[in-house]
Amino acid sequence: MKQGNSASKVYLLHGAVIALLFALNFLLPEYHHGVLARVMVLAVFAMGYNLLFGYSGLLSLGHAMFFSAGLYGAGLTVSHLGWTMAAGFAAGLVSGALLALIIGVLALRTTGVAFMIVTMMFAQVFYLLTLYFAEWTRGDEGFVLTQNARRIDMGDLHFNLTDPATRYLAALFLFSVVLLATLAIVRSADGRVLVAIRENEERTRMLGYDTFANKLAAVVVSGVICAAAGAAYALLFGYVGSTFATVQYSILPLLWVLLGGAATTLGPLIGTLFMFYVVDITSGYTSAYLLIVGIALILLVLYFPKGILGTVRERWIRWLP
Amino acid sequence: MSFGPHLLLATLEGLVTSAVLALTALGLSLVFGVMRVVNVAHGEFFMLGAVLAWWIASLATGHPAIGFLLALGVSPLIVGAIALVAERLVLRRLDYNPEATIVATIGMLYIIQQLALTFYGPEARPVEAPFSYRILFPWFGYSGYKLSVIAFSAIMLLATLFVLTRTKIGLVMRATQYDSETAQAFGIPVGRVYAGVFALGAMLAAIAAVLIVPIQQAHYLMGLDPLLLSFIVVIIGGLGSLRGTVVAAVLIGLSDGIISVFFSPTLAKIIATMIVAMVLVFRPQGLFGTAAR
Repeated sequence: MKQGNSASKVYLLHGAVIALLFALNFLLPEYHHGVLARVMVLAVFAMGYNLLFGYSGLLSLGHAMFFSAGLYGAGLTVSHLGWTMAAGFAAGLVSGALLALIIGVLALRTTGVAFMIVTMMFAQVFYLLTLYFAEWTRGDEGFVLTQNARRIDMGDLHFNLTDPATRYLAALFLFSVVLLATLAIVRSADGRVLVAIRENEERTRMLGYDTFANKLAAVVVSGVICAAAGAAYALLFGYVGSTFATVQYSILPLLWVLLGGAATTLGPLIGTLFMFYVVDITSGYTSAYLLIVGIALILLVLYFPKGILGTVRERWIRWLP
Repeated sequence: MSFGPHLLLATLEGLVTSAVLALTALGLSLVFGVMRVVNVAHGEFFMLGAVLAWWIASLATGHPAIGFLLALGVSPLIVGAIALVAERLVLRRLDYNPEATIVATIGMLYIIQQLALTFYGPEARPVEAPFSYRILFPWFGYSGYKLSVIAFSAIMLLATLFVLTRTKIGLVMRATQYDSETAQAFGIPVGRVYAGVFALGAMLAAIAAVLIVPIQQAHYLMGLDPLLLSFIVVIIGGLGSLRGTVVAAVLIGLSDGIISVFFSPTLAKIIATMIVAMVLVFRPQGLFGTAAR
């Protein structure tokens, strides 16, 4: 009875968030409209990260690699092979999935600090590769997708991702799909196993669960979601560059998730939104935004380790997923 | 130049890299070994050492050696003091929880980097070498300063190893490393040992940085490469094994120097990073390490 009651509350809450974001499409002024589209795509990245870090307890410092696998998977195929956007997006997802599978099999042989360092090193290799193959990737400078490549005509339907409203709705669509998928995953039996692994891996194994297979699945799903964010970023904003593969882009999702609340479904959105606006507002006064990021990280980990939604859940709303 | 002299040049360059790398990595290894803290800000302490060295040297007038020696003496002390403050204010309050300290040191990394950019600026600036004597080989002349860097770094390494293995301070540190609770019970001030080790680790990085500034210039983004390379060295050498760290630094520095001369530097880095990731995956205790967690 109680279970059913809180389940309907949960779906109502997530539906309301999506409806609010949809309504904002018509209400927001141009600048904030653009910011929110970008935040939604990056929040997808953070949600993918959260699945691994928050729910499975695996601290990776290499997720920029999965994001940029999607970014380059979509960007390179669309730009150099002339693929359509849908095919490019699929290519991004496939590259993310394959990479996550390989890296997962290798990196999951280690645990704890070693896992963090191994993922960071594989990500660094990926970053260096984007520099090494500068002939196609154009390295740091990056490349821009042409206006034509970001337009689809299907009979009478015309999608033009350079148009702000279409871009916003496309971002919202991806965001909603991933949000509901994450919700379904963490409420499913497999999701509970991940939390059990986070809390006590040895005991979970003794209960008869194949913890390696579960963790590998988590890495792959997390990698695919992050790759989806990357591919969407390439197609929606039309820019692909190796900056997105640097260590910094592995650290940012960690920051967003910590701020919003690890192991909460809506935390990544709140964290990303909050951090984006903090940086946006402070950069009006000072160019020292890294300072803000650094201080935020330290203060969070010292005084606020559960993040915004984690604290809300602990104090007031116990049923928050 | 033919192959032989080319190889000699690559080896010398590699040895300079090894020498500086060994000092930096030793600092990281000490902090990880004794405190079980992965200090992601280690590269920024390195950068801070270099930037401060430029600042101190620019204040001094007269012969370049005066400014350099002043920098070599003062810069590590300032960096050590900053590390001490950071340890007291942040790491201790986190109770040295491994994951929380990683996030916190990432925060420190950003803060130090931004402060360096704000106060020092985006330019790369050199410190003049204390002397400019060139040693003439039959095929080329080689900077005497670079050779002295190798020598000085070797002396520093031996001194650190001596302190760790032969003195009371070293004994206290090793006792803390093996079992901090028992050490505490025997009256060792574990908190102070941790603070001291963290400061010492940062100072070793700063010394290495001062040595490199006359060769490489100081820049606010120069911390990332030494950080990654130090990780590599510490892992290959075996987490917590100091002798392994030194051997691995020589190995990595030499191969980096040689591959960079004969192939592209980016390719050299890709290969080195990939090999190390594989070592960590298939041999987590490192090449020389005893079983570590």
